[in-house]
Amino acid sequence: MITFDGVSKLYGETKAVDGLSLAVQPGEMLMLIGASGSGKSTALKLANRLEDCSMGTIRLDGDDIGRMQVETLRRRMGYAIQSVGLFPHWTVARNIATVPRLLGWPRAKILDRIRELLVLVQLDPDPDRIAERFPHQLSGGQQQRVGVARALAADPDVLLMDEPFGALDPITRGVLQTELLRIHRRTGKTIMFVTHDVNEALTLGTRIALLDRGRLVQVGTPLELLTMPATAFVREFLGGDDYGLKLLAVEPVSSRVRAGEIAPGAPVAGSVSLRHALSEMVSRRTDCLAVVDGAGVPLGVVRLTDLIRA
Amino acid sequence: MQALLLAVAVTGATSLGFVGHAKNRLLSGAPVGFGGAAEMSGAVAPVLLVAASGLVLAVVPVLRRPASYWLVPPAAGGVIAGLSWIAGRCADAFAASSPAMARTSLGAGYWLVVACALLAVADAAGRLRLRALPALLAGAVAVLPLAVLIAAGATDQLSIMREYVGQRAAFLAALLRHAELVVSAIIPAALIGIPLGIAAHRRERTARIVFPALNIVQTIPSLALFGLLLAPLSRLAEAVPTLGRIGIGGVGPAPAVIALVLYALLPIVRNTAAGLASVPAGVREAARAMGMSRRQALWQVEAPLALPLVLAGVRIAAVQAVGLASVAALIGAGGLGAIMFQGLFADALDLVLLGAVPVVLLAIVVDGLMKALAAASQPAPA
Repeated sequence: MITFDGVSKLYGETKAVDGLSLAVQPGEMLMLIGASGSGKSTALKLANRLEDCSMGTIRLDGDDIGRMQVETLRRRMGYAIQSVGLFPHWTVARNIATVPRLLGWPRAKILDRIRELLVLVQLDPDPDRIAERFPHQLSGGQQQRVGVARALAADPDVLLMDEPFGALDPITRGVLQTELLRIHRRTGKTIMFVTHDVNEALTLGTRIALLDRGRLVQVGTPLELLTMPATAFVREFLGGDDYGLKLLAVEPVSSRVRAGEIAPGAPVAGSVSLRHALSEMVSRRTDCLAVVDGAGVPLGVVRLTDLIRA
Repeated sequence: MQALLLAVAVTGATSLGFVGHAKNRLLSGAPVGFGGAAEMSGAVAPVLLVAASGLVLAVVPVLRRPASYWLVPPAAGGVIAGLSWIAGRCADAFAASSPAMARTSLGAGYWLVVACALLAVADAAGRLRLRALPALLAGAVAVLPLAVLIAAGATDQLSIMREYVGQRAAFLAALLRHAELVVSAIIPAALIGIPLGIAAHRRERTARIVFPALNIVQTIPSLALFGLLLAPLSRLAEAVPTLGRIGIGGVGPAPAVIALVLYALLPIVRNTAAGLASVPAGVREAARAMGMSRRQALWQVEAPLALPLVLAGVRIAAVQAVGLASVAALIGAGGLGAIMFQGLFADALDLVLLGAVPVVLLAIVVDGLMKALAAASQPAPA
C-alpha cells in the first residue's frame, strides 16, 4: 500500500503537487487523471523518488520512502513510460532482465523469468524469435509489451505507469489496455497509472483520482465519479459530451439482467458493459438481448428500457 | 564521379609534366610529358599495364552494375604501379647517361593521376558500402603493387627514393618519433578529455567554463602555442633540473606533446558531451527508475550509447594530431616534420615530399583504423 500524506512538490514558486493525501489500496489500479500541468505525472514520480517531495511524506507499506535507499526503493517498483525507454543496445531478453540482474538473481532464474514474462505479455517466448532482437526491430506495440514485461520482471508489488499507451495507435492501445486488465487480474499488482484519456481511466481504473492544478479534486470508483461528481469540474472533465454513454460504459450487463426470461439471437456475456449492449441492440435492430455467464450458462435477458433505469 | 576523375587524370597526364630531369637536387627539373617518359622508359609492359588498368576504370561506370566497382581497387593499383614503373625506368635511363648528381623527380602529372586513382578507390568503397576496415584494405590493394615495385628496386633512381636512401635511418627514426608524438598526446588527451566531457555533460557550470577555454586554445595557431609554452617550460626545467634531465624543457618533445594534448582536448570533450546528450531522455529516465545507481547508469547505459561519438572525437583528434605534429619539428620535437623542414630550408622539394607523403598516409591509416574501431563499437546492429 502507498499512502501520500500532505505531499507537495514545489518548483520555485509554483506548486506542481499541492497537499496531496491519497491511499492507494493493495491490488487496485488507481488512475491519476487530469489535464496537462495538473501534477499527475509529478505525483507518480514522487512515488519512486524520481522527484523528491518538498513537503509531506509518502509511505510504502508503512515505511517512509524518504528514509529508504533510493535504488532499493526503485527496484521494488516497476516503471513503464510513454516513450518506453527500452535500452537500445540490449536485446529484448537483456532489457527484461534489467532489475533481476541489478538484484543479482541467479542466471537460470532470470532465464525462466524472461520466458514466463514473454508469455504473460503475449510475445513469442521462443528465444530465437523476439528475445534476441533489439528494440528498434520491434513495432511500437511490441516495444511497450516489452516495457511492461521489464517493469514486472522482479515481481514488484507496485507498478507505476506514466501514460504507457499514449503514443500508440487506437487499435494497439485498445489491445494493450485489455491485456493490462488481464495481467492486473492475474498478478494482483498495485498499479498507479497516469493518463489524460478519460475513456482509458474509466475502462482500466479500479478507482480514479482526478487532479487539477496540483490538487486532488475527487477520488472514487468510475461509477462514483460519474454519478456523484464532487464539483462541476469533475462532471465536465469526465462526462464531456457523451456523459450518458460513459455511464453505460462503467456498468456490466449482469447488473441489469432480468433472470428467467429468454430472447432469440446470439447472447452477450454478462461481463460486457451496458454501452456494449446498447451498441449491439442498435446494430441488430432489436430491443432485447440474451445474456450468458462466462461458462455460457443463460442468465436471462436485458432490454432497452433497462438501460435507462436509475 | 568515376568518369570525372578519369577525365581529370587523362587531361593531367597529357598536359602536365610527368617527370622532371635536373642536374642536381636543388634545381627544378626540365619537365618531360607522359609520352616522352613512356618512350624514354623503353619498355612496353608498364605502358600496357597503365592502358589496360585505365580501360577497366573507364568501363566500370558504363557497366552500371554495382558489383563491377570491385574492379576499381586493383585497376587503380595497376595504374599507380604502371606509372611508377615508367617513371622508375625513365630515371634509370637518365641516371645511366648523366653525372651522379643528376635527379629525376616525379612531376605534377604523376601526382595528379595517383591522387585521382586513390579518389576513385575511395568512391568505389563508398558505392560498395564498404565498412571502415574493408575500405582500408581496398586502399591497401591499390598501393600494394607499388610497394612491390619499390621493394624490387624498380624506383630506386627516382629522386624521392634517392632522398630516402640518403636519409634511411633518419627517416625511420622520424616516422617512429612522429607516431610516438601522436600516441603520447592522444592517450593523455583521452584520459583527461573523456572525464571532462562527462563532467561538462552533467554540470552546466563546468560546460560554461570548459568549452570556451578549449575553443580559445583551438584558435591559437600551433606555432604560437609552441612559443607560449617555450618560456614557462624552460623556466621549469631550470628550476627543477631533474625535469630537464628527463627531457622536459622549452624545446623538444615535451612542449610539443603538451600542445598536441591541448589541441586534442576539444574534439574529445565535445564529442563525449554530445554522445552523452544523444542518449534519449526516456532511456535515461528508465535507467534511473529501474534502480540503477548513477555509476551503473553511466557504465551500463549511457557510455555504450555514447561510445561511437566519443570514438569519433578521438579519431578527429588523432588525425588532427598527425598533421599538427609536423609543425612540432620547428621546436625540435622531431618527427616527419623535421624531414619536411630540412627539405624546405635546403630547397630540396623531394625531401619535403619524403616527409609529407608519409604524413598523409599516416593520417589516412589512423582515420581508417579509428573508423573501424567506432564501427565495431556500435551498440546495436542495424
